[in-house]
Amino acid sequence: MPQVTLTVNGKTATVEVEGRTLLVELLREKLSLTGTHIGCDTSQCGACVVHVDGESVKACTMLAVQADGSSVTTIEGLAKADGTLHPMQEMFREHHALQCGFCTPGMVMAAVDLVAKNPQGLSEHEIREGLEGNLCRCTGYHNIVKAIDAAQPLMHAT
Amino acid sequence: MNAPFEGIGASVRRKEDLRFISGRGNYTDDINRPNQTHAVFRRSDRPHAKILSIDTAAAKAAPGVVAVYTAEDLAAIGGLPCGWQIHSKDGSPMNEPKHPVLAEGKVRHVGDPIAVVIAETKQQARDAAELIAIDLEDLPSTATVTDALKPGAGQLHDNAPGNVCYDWHLGDKAAVDAAFASAAKVVKLDLENNRLIPNAMEPRVALGEFDRHTGDYTLFTTSQNPHVIRLLMGAFVLGLPEHKLRVVAPDVGGGFGSKIYHYAEEATVTWAAGKLARPVKWTAERSESFMSDAHGRDHVSTAEMALDAAGNFLALRVSTLANMGAYLSTFAPAVPTYLYGTLLAGTYKTPAIYVEVKAVFTNTVPVDAYRGAGRPEATFLLERLVDAICHDTGADPVAIRRQNFIPKDAFPYQTPVALQYDSGDYFTTLEVAMKNADYAGFPARQAAAAAKGKLRGIGISTYLEACGIAPSAVAGALGARAGLYEVANIRVHPTGSVTVFTGSHSHGQGHETTFAQLVTSQLGVPFAQVDIVHGDTNRIPFGMGTYGSRSLSVGGTAMVKAMDKIIAKGKKIAAHLLEASVDDIEFADGSFKVAGTDRAKTLSEIALTAYVPHNYPITEIEPGLDETAFYDPANFTFPGGCHVCEVEIDPETGVTSIVNFTAVDDVGRVVNPMIVEGQVQGGVAQGIGQALLEHAVYDSNGQLLSGSFMDYTMPRADDLTNISVATENTLCTHNPLGVKGCGEVGAIGSPPAVINAVVNALKDYGVRHMNMPASPEKIWGIINAGRQAAE
Repeated sequence: MPQVTLTVNGKTATVEVEGRTLLVELLREKLSLTGTHIGCDTSQCGACVVHVDGESVKACTMLAVQADGSSVTTIEGLAKADGTLHPMQEMFREHHALQCGFCTPGMVMAAVDLVAKNPQGLSEHEIREGLEGNLCRCTGYHNIVKAIDAAQPLMHAT
Repeated sequence: MNAPFEGIGASVRRKEDLRFISGRGNYTDDINRPNQTHAVFRRSDRPHAKILSIDTAAAKAAPGVVAVYTAEDLAAIGGLPCGWQIHSKDGSPMNEPKHPVLAEGKVRHVGDPIAVVIAETKQQARDAAELIAIDLEDLPSTATVTDALKPGAGQLHDNAPGNVCYDWHLGDKAAVDAAFASAAKVVKLDLENNRLIPNAMEPRVALGEFDRHTGDYTLFTTSQNPHVIRLLMGAFVLGLPEHKLRVVAPDVGGGFGSKIYHYAEEATVTWAAGKLARPVKWTAERSESFMSDAHGRDHVSTAEMALDAAGNFLALRVSTLANMGAYLSTFAPAVPTYLYGTLLAGTYKTPAIYVEVKAVFTNTVPVDAYRGAGRPEATFLLERLVDAICHDTGADPVAIRRQNFIPKDAFPYQTPVALQYDSGDYFTTLEVAMKNADYAGFPARQAAAAAKGKLRGIGISTYLEACGIAPSAVAGALGARAGLYEVANIRVHPTGSVTVFTGSHSHGQGHETTFAQLVTSQLGVPFAQVDIVHGDTNRIPFGMGTYGSRSLSVGGTAMVKAMDKIIAKGKKIAAHLLEASVDDIEFADGSFKVAGTDRAKTLSEIALTAYVPHNYPITEIEPGLDETAFYDPANFTFPGGCHVCEVEIDPETGVTSIVNFTAVDDVGRVVNPMIVEGQVQGGVAQGIGQALLEHAVYDSNGQLLSGSFMDYTMPRADDLTNISVATENTLCTHNPLGVKGCGEVGAIGSPPAVINAVVNALKDYGVRHMNMPASPEKIWGIINAGRQAAE
């Protein structure tokens, strides 16, 4: 079986995987990082979004072997080592941007990338368009949009 | 500095969020057990077929395969039970065909499980499932209720002639017929309520485990009601007594009804775990969810209102065909009857109502309760009918609603369809909604939109729903095969912190927060010192779970009743310690006080005394401070309100944009306004989804065409807008909290508001009604036809 070496949340891991293993399966099943969720089988829902080398990626669209040599950040690695939450995490809680919590890890990871890539600032409409790849069935997105908007100045200030 | 107020009425930030935003939730698929195997189901790809043969030899021989089972192997276990029995007009019980765990002799819908492969890895199980050779002989099949009732239609079940499950009715037919005979005007509307797929973001998962030393079974499952699953699966399917079966529903990623029911996969993995003495785990792929999670809605109806010359509603006549799918899901028969027919008075004082509902089997996934369950169907029918009355008579949609509202002083109000509303004020929610939506300013906005070439429309819906399910005796009389009370166990620990064990189940509702607020308010215990435990039959005495917006009104009241017992016992202990009469002890703000004095003991002191009973009235009361209450509600609760939707249609594309959505709901007392607002927004989003985007589409034979997120249009962030939510509350009169429930109002009130707005926007094109979803294709077709006719 192919061997994959990658850095996940700052720690290096080497694992054997089947060629068909998806990155999300490697994270969940081999590394027990169950914060990254699987919500569909057609890359539509975004519950599995992680960062691969700084880019937001749906971990169900990437084979584990493609991540060989990459640096991956999952929701578990988003807060600082001392436990200080990322501003996006803080704002999701502050603005009640989650209910069942299942889409939340992917939504937060996608939102962090969206805001980071747009230092000029995003309008409400642009945030909504930026969330096109992530489904939430609970919130109606209202509070997710508010949380992301509120996180913008906090992220750009740091 | 005072501690922040964290009791009833405060928008306390949620306790559960910290784990969810950090990736530390504990969902069922996150659980893995030592020596675990993986199950993959082989499902029917045909809507209706006779099973001629199943050859599992190649699958059994495949790498890693532990076992392959078909219905033959499961011969000793029962079918999946139905929890509600409806009687037909003639008094006969509904036709209740067996719902086998794995298909027996026939498959009846695409997705019907035929066999299960259990292997060392999921990949091996998946590969081997492909190797099962199944010989099927197609049978005539139907997907719609109208087709299934036609003479010569394929028959699904031998004991359901004509594919009819039941033919039910409610109301005074003679009174309604008489009113129609003398009516000045009759308005009739044919309408459909589109089939939906719930699509909670977390797919279903079931993990069965068996302890060969104790003989105990454990099922970890994505359920809204683990005790109900234990009862149904233990007693009716597997024949396991409750004390040998534990059901755990940990963090559950949304339910919306679809995780109420007992499913075949749960029984299969639990049974197989016993057979193999190894844990067996099944995780649904989304494609499986589409064809195996219970669907929602799917009604075809005719509604008629008789009016007098002044526009007063005299009588309502409704005839509905309800699709049950291929088998009866757990609560399916109740949805189009007692959660629908009884709701047809709505907010109106219509004196006579008659409804008949025929429930029909088709070759589709079973249909059951989905957010709102019956009430959205009733509300859509009524609120569309009222707008059709306006269309036909020229009446004003606001004025005719006001004219026919149940007056404020008429409560308690007995409807002609069994329910008695305890409280409500539909005038105020309507008035506030119109103000918040700037209803009066609409013509100016419409003109501005027209100047840009856009069609703008506004629609209102004034809804009523019944939730807080349910008084057991009433439910029992109507066919429920279970009680519908709720259970709470309040444990005050020796140092005064509190654990609440509740039979309610949270799958997004924020119970860990709201329920802790109740304890903070009632017992004065700091919010941070209260934990809520739910979802485990081994930790919680009993419970009926969460659906029908019942958790706060029924589950929360059970907590209040248990806390009343804590306070009553605490008073006795305090009286002893303070050397006073029990009657003189008052409890407030976490302190037991001798009335009129400053002599007091805190709850913590009382708790410590109760657990260290050295100086204690031991001959009168037992040690400990731990109380349980079962609460059975006296009535349903009746939230209501008004939703106003404003849409803009692009005539070039037919795309409808929601430009404003305003909800004003009466949900009774609000414990956490932030959570209530979020519940309403989420419900409205699902309602907008139903109205504009979502549709479970079958071809005429029963092939599911909308079987993935690429085909089934889920509302995305850019399909929606901000949703304005406000409450104008009257209190429920029969529970001590005065709460009504807020989980479903959004999905109940919103669909007709959206369609009324779309129809309003298209009024120049002669549109009187449009079935959901109001898709761009449908709308563009109307506009284009109108333009061609004009040319």
